[in-house]
Amino acid sequence: MRLLPWLVLLVPLATAACGDDGDNNPCSRTSGPCTAIPVGATTEAIQTAFINAQPGDTIGFGAGTYVIDRDLSLTVDNVTLAGAGSGSDGTILSFATSTGAQGILITGDQSRVEHLGVEDTPGDAIKWEGSAGVVASDVRVEWLGPPKADNGAYGLYPVQCQDVLIDTSKVRGASDAGIYVGQSDNIIVRNNVAEENVAGIEIENSTRADVYGNLSTHNTGGLLVFSLPGLQVHNGAGTRVYDNQILDNNTPNFAPAGNIVGLVPTGTGIALLAGHQVEIFDNDIANHKSIHIGIVGYNITMRPFTDTMYNPYSDSLYIHDNRLVGKSLEPSGPLGFLLIMGMQELGRDPATAGVSAIVWDGDVDPAKADGNGDLMSQYAICIKGNSLDGQPADFANLRVPLGNGPTPTTDLAPHDCTLPALPAVTLP
Amino acid sequence: MTARRTLAVGLALALTAACGSDDGTVAPPDCEVAAGTGPVMPATGLCQQLSSYRLFTDLPSQTAAPELTAYDLAVPLFSDYAVKHRWLYLPPGTAAAWDQDDALDLPMGAMLVKSFAYPHDLRDPGAGARQLETRILMRQPAGWKAASYVWRDDGSDADLAVAGALLDTSFIDTSGATVTNRYEVPNTNQCLNCHGEHLAVMSPLGPKVRHLNRLAPDGSGNQLQLLIDAGRLTDAPDPTTWPADPALDDEAAPLADRARAWLDVNCAHCHNPTGPARTSGLDLSFRQTDPSMWGLCKTPVAAGAGSGGRFYDIVPGQPDQSILVFRLESTQPQIRMPELGRNLVHAESLALIRAWIAEMPGACAQ
Repeated sequence: MRLLPWLVLLVPLATAACGDDGDNNPCSRTSGPCTAIPVGATTEAIQTAFINAQPGDTIGFGAGTYVIDRDLSLTVDNVTLAGAGSGSDGTILSFATSTGAQGILITGDQSRVEHLGVEDTPGDAIKWEGSAGVVASDVRVEWLGPPKADNGAYGLYPVQCQDVLIDTSKVRGASDAGIYVGQSDNIIVRNNVAEENVAGIEIENSTRADVYGNLSTHNTGGLLVFSLPGLQVHNGAGTRVYDNQILDNNTPNFAPAGNIVGLVPTGTGIALLAGHQVEIFDNDIANHKSIHIGIVGYNITMRPFTDTMYNPYSDSLYIHDNRLVGKSLEPSGPLGFLLIMGMQELGRDPATAGVSAIVWDGDVDPAKADGNGDLMSQYAICIKGNSLDGQPADFANLRVPLGNGPTPTTDLAPHDCTLPALPAVTLP
Repeated sequence: MTARRTLAVGLALALTAACGSDDGTVAPPDCEVAAGTGPVMPATGLCQQLSSYRLFTDLPSQTAAPELTAYDLAVPLFSDYAVKHRWLYLPPGTAAAWDQDDALDLPMGAMLVKSFAYPHDLRDPGAGARQLETRILMRQPAGWKAASYVWRDDGSDADLAVAGALLDTSFIDTSGATVTNRYEVPNTNQCLNCHGEHLAVMSPLGPKVRHLNRLAPDGSGNQLQLLIDAGRLTDAPDPTTWPADPALDDEAAPLADRARAWLDVNCAHCHNPTGPARTSGLDLSFRQTDPSMWGLCKTPVAAGAGSGGRFYDIVPGQPDQSILVFRLESTQPQIRMPELGRNLVHAESLALIRAWIAEMPGACAQ
């Protein structure tokens, strides 16, 4: 940016005239080059600062509410958006009256968003697209009021990104996924809180993700690892989910119909859909009305696809040493109905005995099956060392389709195996 | 105090306004352009005023300089019913090179100029118009650069709007009803949202052969042939091989061709395999031949409220079950498509898309 002497003079005078410079200096937290955005700045002023930013800059926001009337976008590399805190007394970017589709769109590389809140965006809150180097730290995204279908779909939303860190942030109210990482590679999602979203945290069509230390609660589903067809990244692989608290995810599904997440049964802990190379361990998973851990292929959705590079089956899963609490007594939705039918074929009443703690639909990838039709050992679904209310956690393989051919089984012996631990994700 | 960077002009102005001060509005320096007459542009950066480019011999009437060539597109992008005028400027002695599918290869120094206006009354061309903005896409040594200039009320000039603008407007539509619209002038980043159709590299969208292959605005002949005859377009193949978009209302052309052409112009700058909406898996470019990729029985990926409770982008025979139609009918920011530059529903194209879907045979799995 060109330094204009008259502006250097003008700005301190102007801010001094506003009388809040000392206690609420938007740039007080940084020692590098910083553009201060005072509370009360117009959307045009903020967008201009985003456009004129230079690599290495911080754009600083003060404590207070900024009313934003259009979507904001950042294309410059290596820029930090820094507020004065993510709480109600910190920086609030309110999009409640915005006419833009989303809140902030970031396409520059090596961006960082920290210490601020984003509220009530019409669509997605913060979206990073095609970026190398994404950091969100101490960010709050929230749709105020009760969860509802016309809230934005995604809260923190990196898509087709490389090297992603979502850390110590909070998302509430998303009508799809609170924290959603899609079609991305090399990802850490840690120490966040996701509550009252349809999906708390979702890793979709992504490779190499570590998800740990998060609290996901009062969503419809706590944590999803999905692969969907028809996308440029055809299949996800390599997700570790560990040391998370996944609790009481029983908020009625409020996703607009048509969205795949609308299929998640109310009361789901962890769901894998066409999951590949996923390791789930040492999580606390408690109090889910439909299912604690559910594993399905894409075919169960009955949706057509033409993507020949897509693998619709779940395989190569290692689910171990998770602590589950509470029977799942009220499965709901189309997939919940499938659970009820499966339990009944097993002679089990889900309303009293509960749904099996861990359920696989049993849809085996024929290309990875042995002569018996089971997954070959290197592609196995290994389940061991999990507890339900202090006892060994029970299991069911529904062997879909139900009511036709082999009946469901609760035999865990074919799943008494281990897979090599997946490597930890390291960010550059 | 930290090494605070000086504020952008807009911010400083906003700041002073917020503090109740009217003074200190020093005009920033304008661009560096060569002295003389005729259209001109800076080698880098942008001019603050439209007049600096010397595109018009009379600004209030937007009388184009003789060096500009007016052109039309077979299927224009819908811009909330704004009327658009387009001009091409090629520096003296230069020519554009043919490209069968993508934009013509325009020489360094070329400018594409587009003015937007709302006629006061769409039924009465003589009733005058409100000038909104003039956009310039200019080819500088470092690449294509985009800018928008918002017209002053007196028409004396138009001013650079880096951060865009919202203009409260109204006009009388063809049925005689008064339509109000908060017209959106895009900011510089938003220019790239559309003009970065391939890998976010700024490039022209309009001057493609299939869009230009039509009569010139003055009716003097085919626009491409006129450019060729003037020596301003090289490498053209035999005219029988030139692709052409059928116009929206060209009832002699198949419905599907008109629909696909309209979707290509209005959607494919984002919805193509290297565009900003590539992450959705929906490709509405004319090149796409796999129906499931242009939406037939395609499930949404990240539509949120944009699904409208519908299950597929296009359900053959069922426009009212198709997400595509739902999004074209909506004016809500999180639902409407295109995301940018449309607040109003375009009734004419919506009717075309609905008719196209209604006549499709088949069904999607339930």
